[in-house]
Amino acid sequence: MRNVFLFIRSNFNFLFFLVLQIISLSFLFRYNKFHEAAFMNASTEITGRVNQKFNNVEYYFQLKRTNDSLVNENRRLHQALKENYEAPDSLRRLILDTLRTDSGKTYLKYNFMEAKVVGNTTSLQANYLTIHRGSEGHVRPNMGVVSPQGIVGTVVNVSEHYATVMSVLNRQFKVVVKLKNGGDRGTIEWDGLSPLFVTLKNIPKSAVVNKGDTVLTSQTSSLFPANIMVGTIYEIVEDNASNFYTLKVRPSTNFYSVEYVYVIENLQYEEQKRLEDSTRKKFQ
Amino acid sequence: MSELLKNIIRYVFFILVQVFVLFKIPPLHRFITPYLYFLFILWLPFNISRTLLCLVGFLFGLSLDYFSRTPGLHAAACTLIAYVRPFIINVLISQEGSDKNYISPSITSMGWAPYATYVLVLTFLHNAYLVFLEWMSFGSFLYFLGKVTATTGISFLLIMLTELLFYRKQKFRTNTV
Repeated sequence: MRNVFLFIRSNFNFLFFLVLQIISLSFLFRYNKFHEAAFMNASTEITGRVNQKFNNVEYYFQLKRTNDSLVNENRRLHQALKENYEAPDSLRRLILDTLRTDSGKTYLKYNFMEAKVVGNTTSLQANYLTIHRGSEGHVRPNMGVVSPQGIVGTVVNVSEHYATVMSVLNRQFKVVVKLKNGGDRGTIEWDGLSPLFVTLKNIPKSAVVNKGDTVLTSQTSSLFPANIMVGTIYEIVEDNASNFYTLKVRPSTNFYSVEYVYVIENLQYEEQKRLEDSTRKKFQ
Repeated sequence: MSELLKNIIRYVFFILVQVFVLFKIPPLHRFITPYLYFLFILWLPFNISRTLLCLVGFLFGLSLDYFSRTPGLHAAACTLIAYVRPFIINVLISQEGSDKNYISPSITSMGWAPYATYVLVLTFLHNAYLVFLEWMSFGSFLYFLGKVTATTGISFLLIMLTELLFYRKQKFRTNTV
């Protein structure tokens, strides 16, 4: 016993170093389970506040671009108004079905909540955004986040007033998307190479794919409503060994200048998940 | 200003510079992530005990981790260089007792070449370990080699620029007073 104590005393520095290494490595590799619950909530609140102070300054430099993207979004929404469509034949009346929030409330599936981006990284291998809206603003983990230009990511962690969003530019991020032409579905991932491009995989070679084709969100992902812009195809990577395309996609969101985002709450997700879970249980 | 207060200010300052300046730089290449923050650990005084040095390194790395949302990644690398630092200093210190006569490692206290070696070795260790941990979860060997080389080069350049821009005057202390 005495020798054990002597050993610990003589090698205290090295053992202390080992302990610290083990703590940090367990933080790193068990991040998703244990650590998140233990420390991340408090730290999101603190780093969120610091980020917000910084954003108060940074915001002014982005005003022009923010304004441009909001104006563009407004134009797109104006374009979709019913009054813009008029058939030349007055006998026929064109009726566009628009969602009436009053009577249609029970059918409302996606609820949009605005939030300001206060923290953002693009240069790391796992990039996250911090938004100034948290559990008090009804944000919960696993909600989709879109910008006026396109999808941004999913909420991974929430504190009272802030939330962290895993950006599309994160190795762990995956979402089901479809091609606007033909509707073939694939998955968007990021290979960590360049923040300007993401990779679209699992599109079968039977699909017709051209450079510049639009990629939209698919209705099969429960995070995002269908037909939200994801990006455009920039390059078709040659891969003869596979039956699937590997496509380089240029995301439509500008991750450097994103200032405002919408957090999307899927109001029917609980029901869908309950059904899917019970189905899985039934056949196990 | 007392040495403790100076180091507390540096602690906050280096974290803020790393998070709000260096992480915000649009990536030049996928291999290049400019790291400067660990200069804080290189600048800590000579007479700090090794246990405390490890602990400070760990906490410092963890603070950065909370900003970059990678708990443990930078903490592990910082603990490593904090642990190795005394060994490197012992090997590289040129004159007998200059770690007693000066407060902290710098060009004045160690001389140009030993100080540059000291910075280079610890920068390399820090980046190699950091990228190695990244490589564990993804990436290839080429990615590892390229990123370690490029990142170490950039970090070394940044540190030397910082040394030249913010020249630290250090008084020669004798213990014969």
